[in-house]
Amino acid sequence: MINNMDLSLVDWSRAQFALTAIYHWIFVPLTLGLSFIVAIMESIYVKTGNEEWKRITKFWMTLFGINFALGVATGIILEFEFGTNWSSYSWFVGDIFGAPLAIEGILAFFIESTFVAVMFFGWNKVSKKFHLASTWLVGIGANLSALWILVANSWMEHPVGMVFNPDTARNEMVNFWQVLFNPVAVDKFTHTVTSGFLLASIFVLGISAWYLLKKREEFLARKSMLIASIFGLAATLLVAFTGDNSARTLAKVQPIKFAAMEAHYYGKANADLTAFGILKKSDKSIGDQKIMDFAFRVKIPGFLSVITNGEKSTFVPGIIDLVSGTDDSTNIDPVVNKIQKAKVANEILRYYTRVRLLNDKETMRDLRKVYFDNPKFITDTLNYIGYAYLNKPEDSIPNVPITFYAFHIMVVLGFFFIALCAVALLLVLRGTIARHRWFLIIALFSIPLAYIASEAGWVLAEVGRQPWIIQDLMPVSRAVTQVSTGSVIATFIIFAVLFTGLLAAEVSIMVKQIKTGPKH
Amino acid sequence: MTTMISYAFLQHYWWIIISVLAGLLVFLMFVQGGQSLIFSLPKTDLQKTLIVNALGRKWEFTFTTLVTFGGAFFASFPLFYATSFGGAYWVWIAILLSFIVQAIAYEYRSKPGNVFGQKTYDIFLFINGALGPFLIGTAVGTFFTGSNFSLNYMFSVTWGTAWHGLEAVLDARNVALGLAVLMLTRCNGLLYLINTIDDDDLAARSQSKLKFNGLAFLVFFLFFAITLLFSDGLTFKDGRPGVEDFKYLHNFLQMPLVLLIFLLGVAGVLAGLFVTIFKGSRKGIWYSGAGTVLTTIALFLLAGFNNTAFYPSYSEFVSSLTIYNSSSSKFTLTAMTYVSFAIPFVLAYIWYFWRAMNSKKVNKEDLEGEGHVY
Repeated sequence: MINNMDLSLVDWSRAQFALTAIYHWIFVPLTLGLSFIVAIMESIYVKTGNEEWKRITKFWMTLFGINFALGVATGIILEFEFGTNWSSYSWFVGDIFGAPLAIEGILAFFIESTFVAVMFFGWNKVSKKFHLASTWLVGIGANLSALWILVANSWMEHPVGMVFNPDTARNEMVNFWQVLFNPVAVDKFTHTVTSGFLLASIFVLGISAWYLLKKREEFLARKSMLIASIFGLAATLLVAFTGDNSARTLAKVQPIKFAAMEAHYYGKANADLTAFGILKKSDKSIGDQKIMDFAFRVKIPGFLSVITNGEKSTFVPGIIDLVSGTDDSTNIDPVVNKIQKAKVANEILRYYTRVRLLNDKETMRDLRKVYFDNPKFITDTLNYIGYAYLNKPEDSIPNVPITFYAFHIMVVLGFFFIALCAVALLLVLRGTIARHRWFLIIALFSIPLAYIASEAGWVLAEVGRQPWIIQDLMPVSRAVTQVSTGSVIATFIIFAVLFTGLLAAEVSIMVKQIKTGPKH
Repeated sequence: MTTMISYAFLQHYWWIIISVLAGLLVFLMFVQGGQSLIFSLPKTDLQKTLIVNALGRKWEFTFTTLVTFGGAFFASFPLFYATSFGGAYWVWIAILLSFIVQAIAYEYRSKPGNVFGQKTYDIFLFINGALGPFLIGTAVGTFFTGSNFSLNYMFSVTWGTAWHGLEAVLDARNVALGLAVLMLTRCNGLLYLINTIDDDDLAARSQSKLKFNGLAFLVFFLFFAITLLFSDGLTFKDGRPGVEDFKYLHNFLQMPLVLLIFLLGVAGVLAGLFVTIFKGSRKGIWYSGAGTVLTTIALFLLAGFNNTAFYPSYSEFVSSLTIYNSSSSKFTLTAMTYVSFAIPFVLAYIWYFWRAMNSKKVNKEDLEGEGHVY
């Protein structure tokens, strides 16, 4: 079945999902952060009773609403696309995703949608305090929504809390708490939502800077900048801290992604971290893949080893070690072996299924005892069952340049944002911000940079995991729905045209609202 | 609890939850029904704006219910999600498209700089209003009339037609259910507008429109219901599928409670129409709404209970889906069951805020104040 798999079908299906995810992620981080920023603003209004603060709150709330609508629209497509384009995957993970998604739908989405209606329409219908509570609940609901889908995504990076059931040919959850407190999930959730807070802060800073440049709405701009720079500075420090944690976890659970984001091919102790670099193809290769070399590199000696566990002496395996294996104390099983073992496991599963359809209970029990319930078989073989679908060992390597650049762009911009928020806060507190036009211009042009950094994070997460849709268990080629490539191309084009049109409308409306300014 | 409650009980319990969500979704699609009338119902621009704003305060609920319905189906019966979404690809994509354009239409239609002009967004609302309920109804029709697909040893779906689900419109029963759902949502939309908007002329126009839409609903619905009673269905006995004549009639007779819910539901819808058309009541939506929820629940229970294949494959019987062979594991259903105990609480706060927000009717002044206007 897999051997005659249409490669372009996988590619188009991935392109479609990437398109939807990238568009969705244009709108979500702003929702995550701006919801709390308006809640803080409204809290000040309720506390002080100052009508100016109400105006400020309502202005940002209008922009929130314009952005929110498209986030909702693109979100539903992602949910449906699990089924329409990745149906084998849907069955394989359905039992794990079940609980998180049920909680997300029942608890988080309804909080968000109920209170967003109160937030927009309830100004004169419910009391001030009630309205304020609703605004906070919109933020809480939005961020809770993010929690559960990120738990599901983290399971794809690092599958835990499950056993493989040969009767259903899928993984079944046996420990909910392991799924929820998956180390990847904890880091991913905190890193992702705080990056949303940061993006929203930069959005508010940038637009406020524009007003100051135009010498309009000074009060609104200064006050908004004060809130945004404090919120943004706190967020950016959290982003850095959780990012560092993520890297440490990644080194353990997805060593090849970790190696790819650093273009680290040859494993060693006292390994250097690349602060920034430009890649070029070298003349060496692994299998049919060229090894990348640095055309230019700024490095921090020994630091790659340090970030994995604090010790310079730590051995950090490179891509080549992870593919070809090592036979010293690091003891890495070569991918060739994993492919062999996984193919055997797959044959056993196929045989088990035949026996099951014949209802031969005795043989089923025996096979379970020897294989599927045998802890050694599970850790050695079943946990790598996805390798059966790889043709060559080097297929287990993600796209190194994309992973590398996505990571470094994200990190460099992250450090820039720390400085941006800190300087903004300083200038606002001194009361001199309006005089520093250079800074206002930088702040304005930082808005697109925040989006680039945010998207780069997801590119790193998703491209770095390739060829897996679920690490070691299922490659994308095995997960894809068998529809015609033509159908997927058609839906890709429809979505691309539709999203682009809607995005154009969104940006145009947003710009118009900003130019018009808040209502007086 | 894990040991006390059987797997079969949990599978039934989650099918009931899916049915209730479906019921709420069909009721809440009064928003779509109302949208399908935005060109024909209002006489003036003001009336149109009133309609859009009255509906626009509720669209999020419908949308969220649809998302939750999809999520809960994925969570509790993932093999359905994998099989139907992946197999009947074009039906679900079409449903999806009709809902994407709705999400932005309200927010953007009256905003300056919206690029495509108000008319375009109103057309989006109309498309979503007309196509959404029709397609969902038609898709649910295949729960009874079946499809052609097969599943391999890894449970991967192969669909039997190149139309990937669009072939459902070739069966008159599916189309009848689709049209019945559309007409029902239009009736509920009219009843909601009568209840919510403070405009006597609009109420009168809505009332007269209700007559035709109510009649059309009855015609399509009766056609579907009667043909269903004569249809055969797939029964699983000891895990083996077989065709049973008059399956759905038998299901009604063997599950009298489902029959009772069905009859109460239909009576509720009729009562809602009756009090509005003949008594001039403005509260018809409550009878009709409750009736819509009950009727939908009954149809879902009819499709899934009593060892019936709720997603039958007529090209390979053994690939057909039942609530037993398509569900999540016992552990996951148990975990989700704990979560489901929060549902009454969620419904309670939604109800509370719905009442708070609807305590005053929507009128002209709402559109001129400082509030959020679509």
